[in-house]
Amino acid sequence: MTTGLRRHLRILAYVAGSLSRRWRKNLAVVGVYGLVVFTLASVVVLTQSLTQEAVVALGAAPEIMVQRLSAGRHGLSPVGGVGAMARIVGVQAARARLWAYHTDPATGETLLLAVPEDGRLREHEATAGRDVLGRRAIPIGGTLRLGTHEGDSLPLTISGVAETATALESAALINVSEATFRQLTGMPEGWATDLVLSVRNRRELLTIANKIAQALPDARPVIRDELVRTYTSVFNWRSGVIIAALLVPVLAFILFAWDKAAGLSPDERREIGILKAVGWETADVILLKSYEAVAVSLAAFVLGTGLAVAALALPRPPAILPALLGWSTLYPPFRPVAALGAYQVATLFFLVVFPYLAATVLPTWRAATVDPDLVMRT
Amino acid sequence: MRSTRSGAFFALVALLAALGLLAGLDAARRQSSAAARFAANRALARWVVFTDLCFFTDARYTRHPSLADRHSPFQDSPLALEHFPSGSLAPPPAHLAGTSWRRPEDGGPDSRSGQP
Repeated sequence: MTTGLRRHLRILAYVAGSLSRRWRKNLAVVGVYGLVVFTLASVVVLTQSLTQEAVVALGAAPEIMVQRLSAGRHGLSPVGGVGAMARIVGVQAARARLWAYHTDPATGETLLLAVPEDGRLREHEATAGRDVLGRRAIPIGGTLRLGTHEGDSLPLTISGVAETATALESAALINVSEATFRQLTGMPEGWATDLVLSVRNRRELLTIANKIAQALPDARPVIRDELVRTYTSVFNWRSGVIIAALLVPVLAFILFAWDKAAGLSPDERREIGILKAVGWETADVILLKSYEAVAVSLAAFVLGTGLAVAALALPRPPAILPALLGWSTLYPPFRPVAALGAYQVATLFFLVVFPYLAATVLPTWRAATVDPDLVMRT
Repeated sequence: MRSTRSGAFFALVALLAALGLLAGLDAARRQSSAAARFAANRALARWVVFTDLCFFTDARYTRHPSLADRHSPFQDSPLALEHFPSGSLAPPPAHLAGTSWRRPEDGGPDSRSGQP
């Protein structure tokens, strides 16, 4: 074993002893520090999870959605428009889509009524997301009652669990047949919610969207890739706002760390003095304190980040989630799948571990360069 | 030396207190002189039939929260997540907000009991 490695191992052994000697204080620091990391990590994890949720949900969406605007609002599209859309060069297929939101009068939740493409559902038959059925304790074969637009109650037989890709779909999706959909929403025959186009060549998307906007001035083409980009940037913006609001506790922690480290306790000063007196170099002492700081920060980092990911599995959604969701809290409660990328972990690591290291090592260097005799005397 | 420092400190505190007082007096003066403007604004609001004070101009539902509904934020695609910047600064008004996010452990009321 080389001398250099042996030196590091011995210092590490000393660090372990020193940390366990002052375990109460170190535990308190890890606790407070971990709480700060947990708060920041929660924002980062939830942002990433919601972005992923949105991207997965849009993964199966058609490349272009065409909505009609009427009086500045989303209006119904004539089903007859499909033919004109399909004739545009580059469009593989076009179809009219039927979907609408439905407010559950009992809970005030916003649910989605959709007519699946395959059209296999019979009238007064429905399939629903697992969570929709679970929340209402409706078994397969049971009855789900929905209010029609005329105020009547329409019983639907649940024939199965709808296939869903995301937590939100599982919490809010109800599939019905076209006849039932029109009965529930009052949408007249010959009209659809929007028209959707599939396009094979991505580079043609913008050209096709421009052609649609020129041919139908009251139409609004929505390109899927643009929606994905919007989601990513809006969640980043929202997490930025929340982190700005959380800056106060973070700054308080940095102050706490600085105060704790800058004012080395008399015990620690004496310890440094004795170590220097028995022959430790300044570099050894700084290494010792750096290892201590690394151990404390790593423990707090792992604790905080782990708790932030685990919090998504708790029965109560994290308190920050509604702030990130904004108006999406009108949907039934859903728990996005926890997601954390290497980029997010690295950002978090540099944001929380490095300031602590700097705050600890600098005062140690100051104390370690003073004459040991003077340090032990004071 | 020490007395000079404490003197400087008290002078600074006195200066800041005086500035704070002046700001308060200025606000009171502006308030009384704005009465005519407020009255004109009130008359305008009555004439145009305003519904809300407009704090955000980006999304329809945050511009007029009193006229918002549970569906307009999600019209881009089925189950779209709401994505206007003002959405998290101006949350849904109380008459729209479902209670379900506040007490998820209840599992939500049974839909069958809430309907005929």
